[in-house]
Amino acid sequence: MIVGQRGWQHRAAIVLFLGPSLVPLLLFTVGPMVASVGLSLLNWNLLRPPEFVGLANYERLVGDANFREAVIHTVGYVAGYLPLVVVGGMLIALALNQRLRGLALFRTAYFLPVVTSWVVVALMWRWLLDPGAGVVNYALGLIGIDGPGWYTDPAWAMPSVIIASAWKDLGFVMVILLAGLQAIPEEYYQAASVDGAARWARFRHITLPLLTPSLFFVLVISLINNLQVFDQVWVMTKGGPAGETSVVVEQIVTNAFSYGQMGYAAAMSWVFFVVLLGITLVQFRLQRRWVTYD
Amino acid sequence: MTELTGTITALTAGIRLRGGRRLYRAVLYTLLGAGAAAMIFPFLWMLSTSFQSDGALLVPPPRLIPSPIETGNYAKIAEAFPLWRFLLNSVVVAVVSTVLQVATSAMAAYAFARLRFRGRDALFLLYIATLMIPLQVTIMPLFVEMRYLGFIDSYPGLVLPSIASAFGTFLLRQAFLGLPRELEEAAFMDGAGHVTVFRRIVLPLAMPALATFAIFAFMASWNSFLWPLIIVNSPDLMTLPVGLSNLQGRYATSWNLLMAGSTVAVLPILIVYAVGQKYVIRGVTLTGLKG
Repeated sequence: MIVGQRGWQHRAAIVLFLGPSLVPLLLFTVGPMVASVGLSLLNWNLLRPPEFVGLANYERLVGDANFREAVIHTVGYVAGYLPLVVVGGMLIALALNQRLRGLALFRTAYFLPVVTSWVVVALMWRWLLDPGAGVVNYALGLIGIDGPGWYTDPAWAMPSVIIASAWKDLGFVMVILLAGLQAIPEEYYQAASVDGAARWARFRHITLPLLTPSLFFVLVISLINNLQVFDQVWVMTKGGPAGETSVVVEQIVTNAFSYGQMGYAAAMSWVFFVVLLGITLVQFRLQRRWVTYD
Repeated sequence: MTELTGTITALTAGIRLRGGRRLYRAVLYTLLGAGAAAMIFPFLWMLSTSFQSDGALLVPPPRLIPSPIETGNYAKIAEAFPLWRFLLNSVVVAVVSTVLQVATSAMAAYAFARLRFRGRDALFLLYIATLMIPLQVTIMPLFVEMRYLGFIDSYPGLVLPSIASAFGTFLLRQAFLGLPRELEEAAFMDGAGHVTVFRRIVLPLAMPALATFAIFAFMASWNSFLWPLIIVNSPDLMTLPVGLSNLQGRYATSWNLLMAGSTVAVLPILIVYAVGQKYVIRGVTLTGLKG
């Protein structure tokens, strides 16, 4: 037993060290989490006294066409975004994982958008993709393509959000995969080059299997983060045009703070949270099928 | 004869190989360079647009070097909107919440790594579990709570929800567990208490981990949008991201003004990134957390 680990001094130390973190965490995270279950059973607009409605909010959710649309858009967003960042990030990581001059410089450039706030990125891309005076449509015009209306066009609004999002997150995926690549022991490749394995064979049989833990990590994190897509949508399109970029978190925020339907929004957020948990769990179960650990 | 052809074949193969290698490298650098340019160009375009005059902005062709160079956009936007106030608010909120998060997380991490008490592991599991909770589940009750406390539209309302961090506690606990214990044990023998050991021995040894977490906490706070958007209404309390998104509502097409505002918003974080890049990259690879 180490000196100083017993008696009232020990108890005082526990309270002193743990309290400043535990109290806020209980008050501002755990407490609200528990409270939101209760909130989801209420009809409450913050102005009149709350009214208990049981599971009515959840029943209403089933028939809510806006919510269903938002779910479809969110899935569509992820389906467009995920392949772009994973394949793109992988290609950049593979390219950077060679003895290159200026590696640090390239890495800095690719990582720049990751540290930039979403609001700035969204504004930047609104300007780049401006249908009239934007530089993207100007450049397309130079090669004879009549650029679309991007975020002002219902058909192109979600692709615009996806492009901006992928641009911002490529560097994030790249850095994680690059770290994974650099962790692969050199001996594997040396053994393979003795065998005369071609570049593609080396990638297919050494790099890819040994990279699967990093890929798994990227997939889990990206899926959780991007199913919760909000900031970029809010700034680029506010869910429009014609509700074409309305997404789940945007629906939760709008219902809670624009329509004053606190209980209904809480029910939405709980259903969504359970789905997120479920997806993550399924990913961990499927992991055994394709992820290789040494 | 066969020997000769053999040599020739070997030679040409070598040349071809070296040539192929050079070509491969050239292609590689070109592609990587194009990609890097695509990453940097929007930032340059933002900066350039912030110096464009109203007239030149909408007249094609778009120019990277503005002519004439209009330096008045920054003053104009600062006049119409409390841009410097947004900046100040962002700095205050980010610094206060970073300092508090690092302090509370380090202390809790010390408790989890070094103190023995009943229920410690269960409590730590609770910390880990809170990492799974997305903001949009807690945001409605949190708003109601802040209303009862009278903190809507106030600095405490902005900062309070981010003064403790389960993630930071987790990260720092890992770091503390990796520290050698000999020094601490010697200090205890000399009669030092936990506070002294924590301040004099553990914290100095864990500096890299503290720096990594501090930079992350700062970037997360600087870039956070949803909570400040909801809790604050008056322009005097808005942080840069919220202020900027409001600006956009008013100056929807004055891109030179909006880009001036964006430049002001992005510069501080780029400086932090430039200074602490090592920690940022390490933090990402360790944790998968984003700024």
